[in-house]
Amino acid sequence: MSYLIKSAQYILEGGAVTLKLFFITLAFSLPLGFVCAMAKTSRIRAVRIVMELYTSIVRGTPLLLQIFFVYYGLPILLPGLRLERFSAAALTFVLNYGAYFTEIFRGGIQSIDRGQYEASRVLGMSYVQTMTRIVLPQTIKRVLPPVANEAITLVKDTALVVVLGIGDILRNSKEIVSRDFTIVPFVIAAGVYLLMNYGVVLFFKKLEQRYSVYE
Amino acid sequence: MSETTDREMIRVEGLCKSYGSLEVLKEVDLSVKKGEIISIIGPSGSGKSTFLRSLIHLEEASAGSILIEGEAVRRADNKSVPDAKIRQHCRKLGMVFQNFNLFPHKTALGNVMEGPVTVLKKSRADAEREARALLDKVGLAGQAMQYPCTLSGGQKQRVAIARALAMEPDIMLFDEPTSALDPELIGEVLAVIKALAEEHMTMLVVTHEMGFAREVSDQVIFMDEGRILEMAPPDKIFTSPDHPRIRTFLDKMI
Ligand SMILES: Nc1ncnc2c1ncn2[C@@H]1O[C@H](COP(=O)(O)OP(=O)(O)OP(=O)(O)O)[C@@H](O)[C@H]1O
Ligand SMILES: [Mg+2]
Repeated sequence: MSYLIKSAQYILEGGAVTLKLFFITLAFSLPLGFVCAMAKTSRIRAVRIVMELYTSIVRGTPLLLQIFFVYYGLPILLPGLRLERFSAAALTFVLNYGAYFTEIFRGGIQSIDRGQYEASRVLGMSYVQTMTRIVLPQTIKRVLPPVANEAITLVKDTALVVVLGIGDILRNSKEIVSRDFTIVPFVIAAGVYLLMNYGVVLFFKKLEQRYSVYE
Repeated sequence: MSETTDREMIRVEGLCKSYGSLEVLKEVDLSVKKGEIISIIGPSGSGKSTFLRSLIHLEEASAGSILIEGEAVRRADNKSVPDAKIRQHCRKLGMVFQNFNLFPHKTALGNVMEGPVTVLKKSRADAEREARALLDKVGLAGQAMQYPCTLSGGQKQRVAIARALAMEPDIMLFDEPTSALDPELIGEVLAVIKALAEEHMTMLVVTHEMGFAREVSDQVIFMDEGRILEMAPPDKIFTSPDHPRIRTFLDKMI
């Protein structure tokens, strides 16, 4: 019994790392996605092209490759730019999820009826006021389901950081498995991931309920 | 009929608008005096909406000039007017759309408060008091906390009118305000517009409601193929228009 608790404790320590990566990624990639989505619908062509490059490269290549690139590749490309393991992972995740959120938000923004912009305009609202007061709040409601999906995927994707030897849930369980030759730690790890995703699902369900007062 | 004074609220000269090679407005001239109520009628595609939308700068005209209460929002020499200036002067115009364009994520009250709070920087308390008074005026005091999706078409359009009035415009533009409504809901919206007419609000109303145009307008404009074919008091337009085209159009309407 105490063996189980000890294992669980060690795996949960990894859970702290996983959670930290999860929240850092969301905290930065969501705003990044919003800004890039606005840039992607910008009237300036050069801005749109840069954004197109960003999203197609990031979404068209494996996340694992991107992690290797940032951690091992960047220092070769730019000597002196050696990121610490967790920072490298976090930066990669932010850029990667930022690209997916860019596409989701762009679709959301473009689905808002032109009449909303015109109604804002005739009230004398500026572009920034129109976006922050009228367009983005309506966009949030529409993008909640795909954003929830991304958040669930993110919980699972965090396991990729084992390749940098970061002590997350997966790595810590794997350590015990190799040492003691038992699969119990894997079962515990699966349970922890499931529990985290259960939390994510609940959170978004609550949020969707809050937004369901209209339309 | 309303009283008009000689103060000129809108002056349009030589207004043109093209979409590519399609000329939608061709040298339109118009002067609107304070308190004047002008209906705009005419066949589909004749440029009625484009004309109203150009006045409030939802469309960029291709030539001509527009003065709102003496201030240029489009110059005949095509020199650009700064966007901030355009927004400032166009604020004297309120606009009501055929499809309401209410903000779905805000209550009726929130819709009416949005302009005063965000643009005029009024305190929420002041804005709410005024918004409630306006909702009362359009007969929707009881619906203040309802979201647009729970309102009927006629109620939505009345909220839209209250929202425009909250900006205290000097001139109201209506683009077919009753065309999207079920027949039994048209009357309640027209009643609100008539009440505004009695307060001598300056108004331009694009409409297919001929009875309404005849009853409340000082002048009726007949638009055809991007031009004002005739502008005259309603009695003249509806009984003895100069152009046979107008006669044909009116006969088809009834
Ligand atoms: N954004 C646009 N791009 C291209 N053509 C347009 C555009 N908007 C309007 N038009 C064209 O301009 C012409 C005038 O349109 P407008 O909407 O002003 O007519 P209208 O008199 O309001 O007609 P209706 O009674 O059907 O509302 C039409 O031929 C229309 O197809
Ligand atoms: Mg029209």
